[in-house]
Amino acid sequence: MLSDYMLLHVFQIHFVLLISRQGKVRLTKWYSPYTQKERTKVVRELSGLILTRGPKLCNFVEWRGFKVVYKRYASLYFCMCINQDNNELEILEVIHHFVEILDRYFGSVCELDLIFNFHKAYYILDEVLIAGELQESSKKTVHRLIDAQDSLVEAAKEQASSISNMIAQATK
Amino acid sequence: MNPFASGTRLRDMIRAIRACKTAAEERAVVRKECAAIRSAVSENDNEYRHRNLAKLMFIHMLGYPTHFGQMECLKLIASAGFPEKRIGYLGLMLLLDERQEVLMLVTNSLKQDLNHTNQYIVGLALCALGNICSAEMARDLAPEVERLVQFRDPNIRKKAALCSIRIIKKVPDLAENFINPAAGLLKEKHHGVLITGLQLCIDLCTTSAEALEYFRKKCTEAVVKSLKDVANSPYAPEYDISGITDPFLHIRLLRFLRILGHGDADASDCMNDILAQVATKTESNKNAGNAILYECVETIMSIEDNSGLRVLAINILGRFLSNRDNNIRYVALNMLMRAITVDTQAVQRHRATILECVKDSDASIRKRALELVYLLVNESNVKSLTKELIEYLEVSDQDFKGDLTAKTCSIVEKFSTDKIWYIDQMLKVLSEAGSFVKDEVWHALIVVISNASNLHGYTVRSLYKAVQTSGDQESLVRVAVWCIGEYGEMLVNNAGMLGIEEPITVTESDAVDVIEIAIKRHISDLTTQAMRIKDIIVQYKGSLVLELQQRSIEFNSVIQKHQNIRSLLVEKMPVLDEATYSGRRAGSLPATISTSNGAAINLPNGVAKPSAAPLVDLLDLSSDDAPVPSSSGGDFLQDLLGVDLAPALSQLGTSQTQKSGTDVLLDLLSIGTPPAQSSPSTSDILSSSLDNKISVNTLQRLSSPSALSGQASLPAVGSPVMDLLDGFAPNPAAREDNGPAYPSIVAFETNSLKIMFNFSKAPGNPQTTIIQATFTNKSPNVYTDFIFQAAVPKFLQLHLDPASGNTLAASGDGSITQDLRVTNSQHGKKSLVMRTRISYKVNNKEVLEEGQINNFPRGL
Repeated sequence: MLSDYMLLHVFQIHFVLLISRQGKVRLTKWYSPYTQKERTKVVRELSGLILTRGPKLCNFVEWRGFKVVYKRYASLYFCMCINQDNNELEILEVIHHFVEILDRYFGSVCELDLIFNFHKAYYILDEVLIAGELQESSKKTVHRLIDAQDSLVEAAKEQASSISNMIAQATK
Repeated sequence: MNPFASGTRLRDMIRAIRACKTAAEERAVVRKECAAIRSAVSENDNEYRHRNLAKLMFIHMLGYPTHFGQMECLKLIASAGFPEKRIGYLGLMLLLDERQEVLMLVTNSLKQDLNHTNQYIVGLALCALGNICSAEMARDLAPEVERLVQFRDPNIRKKAALCSIRIIKKVPDLAENFINPAAGLLKEKHHGVLITGLQLCIDLCTTSAEALEYFRKKCTEAVVKSLKDVANSPYAPEYDISGITDPFLHIRLLRFLRILGHGDADASDCMNDILAQVATKTESNKNAGNAILYECVETIMSIEDNSGLRVLAINILGRFLSNRDNNIRYVALNMLMRAITVDTQAVQRHRATILECVKDSDASIRKRALELVYLLVNESNVKSLTKELIEYLEVSDQDFKGDLTAKTCSIVEKFSTDKIWYIDQMLKVLSEAGSFVKDEVWHALIVVISNASNLHGYTVRSLYKAVQTSGDQESLVRVAVWCIGEYGEMLVNNAGMLGIEEPITVTESDAVDVIEIAIKRHISDLTTQAMRIKDIIVQYKGSLVLELQQRSIEFNSVIQKHQNIRSLLVEKMPVLDEATYSGRRAGSLPATISTSNGAAINLPNGVAKPSAAPLVDLLDLSSDDAPVPSSSGGDFLQDLLGVDLAPALSQLGTSQTQKSGTDVLLDLLSIGTPPAQSSPSTSDILSSSLDNKISVNTLQRLSSPSALSGQASLPAVGSPVMDLLDGFAPNPAAREDNGPAYPSIVAFETNSLKIMFNFSKAPGNPQTTIIQATFTNKSPNVYTDFIFQAAVPKFLQLHLDPASGNTLAASGDGSITQDLRVTNSQHGKKSLVMRTRISYKVNNKEVLEEGQINNFPRGL
């Protein structure tokens, strides 16, 4: 079996959190089980911890025996929680990877995009991470997959509206 | 009517919520929306289900309850179209977690979708399963996922691989089914599949030794080759991050190599070259490159020893440490901490830099650096490191002082070779950050001081000087007061001078000045100062601080009425037993403090034993209404020192020193202050050690707090001392004056009936009083059907045991007894009070008597 030292290395993101500078939650994704109550508490604790940190400080905070890697993009803080001994620098890259994909999808993404299209941000996240692990390192592939699914939805919309048109016509 | 036209309405809701100016307005909007959604749910509305769920998700993110939408997710997932399923699965992942029963209902839909012909629907199902599946679902759906790991579409394979990770985390037994498919993924060229495949293999290795063995044999070379390929790959725009091709893939390959090489020399050998290449060739001016170097160093440190590579790795960390980027420095400190187990010497070389990081402006970095310094301390560098840390203590942030103080104290305790150094350092820490020093730390200091008889004079003088400059540090004042109390005469007459000391002149008046009443233990030695002390005591008799008032009154009565035992009471403390104390700190020994010299009077803890009444009466040693400050649970020094200084420092302002002084007074007598815990074994020890009953001089045992707390005071302890003090017999009048401790009371008396209450305390629980009620019939008639009832206010709990009988013989010719147990939740604040109702029959005539008992002794 592996030694204890190695067993500590469970690589996993426990949760992803997007908080605005005002402390509003813009996206949460929980890969480890937290009850609703715990979730609220986590968000509150981390907002207090992260939003108050100065701009020049390092991007890591230690919290409840875990480590939260965060990075601020404009008015939004992207936070990911990992184990103490995971590679924080890599998580910074994962965050950036996600942000770049969002940026390209929305065309220079801003907080409002993520508010009104929050579900799309989730869809994109689901193409980047599953079970707290990185799924795809190619931004191009992620875009291709999201576009394909968006067009499936569009097609269904058109079909439905043409059907309802036909029904409307027929019942005139 | 268009079911997909929900976008606009979702937008409207979001706009309405964003337009709210107050939380109350927002709640109103949300309430309205939720009501509409609820009614749609109950009408089983199909058309807008999709849109309603999207709204619910937004509401959920705002933190409102949305459980009523859970079933809507399941309905959407069960519908046929992709758009419905897409939002349904999203809702499932957002609104539910693996612990909800509802989740089981989705298993069947998941199974169907995993077998769907549309690969995007399969993808949705895999994603949901990977993010929230429970153990039961994992078991049910593992065969589907296993098949999908080998599916033709790479985007399904990668999702299935990550889904498998979740499954084997939930059900480790399933791991072996995935070994072969996972090995297949390692041959892939598609980066997504390779990355997820590697991650699956890593997780398999951490769950199954069999998997590790298999991959080590079959895959090590292939993984090494993959790393070579990606490290040497030409520019690939699709995967490029600041000049490096797919750092994510790099990192996972290195991670897998770490697991394969750990504990296996052959596998480690196989990867040496490529690790050396990555360690030397990777660009380190961007984060992505450093992330790879991080992983590479970790791998080098974990695989079998190769000193050349280790040097490379430590050098990388050295470079990290001197990097100007805070992130990199943080990471370096973190990794050096792990590297210390591999190569302490190499880490020691960076000591100076690390020490600088303790002073960084970034709290995360400071914390890491301090932990690392702590690990780096050894006999040879302890003095210089301690000096640095203590110097930094002066200027550090308030919120960092706690950590810094704790670590510094711990270092000093752990590595001190001579007592004088230890005492010096501790005094420095106490002077700089006394309020951050934990109780057990300064308690330990007092134990050490007490044992270092040659340093008593030196210590008390140092403390005297320290208190002059740092009188605001609470713990310092405590230690100083204790020491001046114990060794005051050495302060005044400069006894036990060490060569290094400058003589100082302290008169008795100075000593009393400084701590206002740094009372000496020997009241008899005090001549002129005695008057002042008396004044102070008298002054505080009227204090509003209960503790102060009580103590003042106690001391007052000691001084005035008990000349003959006074000197015994204020005897010097026996030397505290170091071994016992450290043992107790380690939690292994029961709490007794035995002594070998000194004529200590053994005061039993007088807690609430009726038998101990005389002593208790005069000194109120029980003092169970003395709140024990910051109770660290049974610390005997806590007891010795008795009282919290905090209120004095905060409330009394200028007169703080007086309060400190009073504390000394207090601790003379606060021997019975009951701390929180007790161990049954303590009592045994006490009783067995107290065979030697009568002589004061041989009763050299100081009751320890745990014993005290146990109300321990077995009669064996209580009675001899009591006898002894009875000899000094305070006059009976004094008894009542000085606050009686649990004498019996007449709870109720009429011409016909008398009720006596005897009190005792439940062992181990100062809140609970056991009252034995004795009913006596004063009339010439027999009472039958005698029933006693009682009622108490809410802060009390009352339990009545059955009475010994219900017939009460006439003319006091026999009695009924009944036990009552009262638990006082406001113990120490409120006294007992009770209403009673007694009914009986005299000559078959019902008699009812009622009364209220207010004369309970205080402190029950």
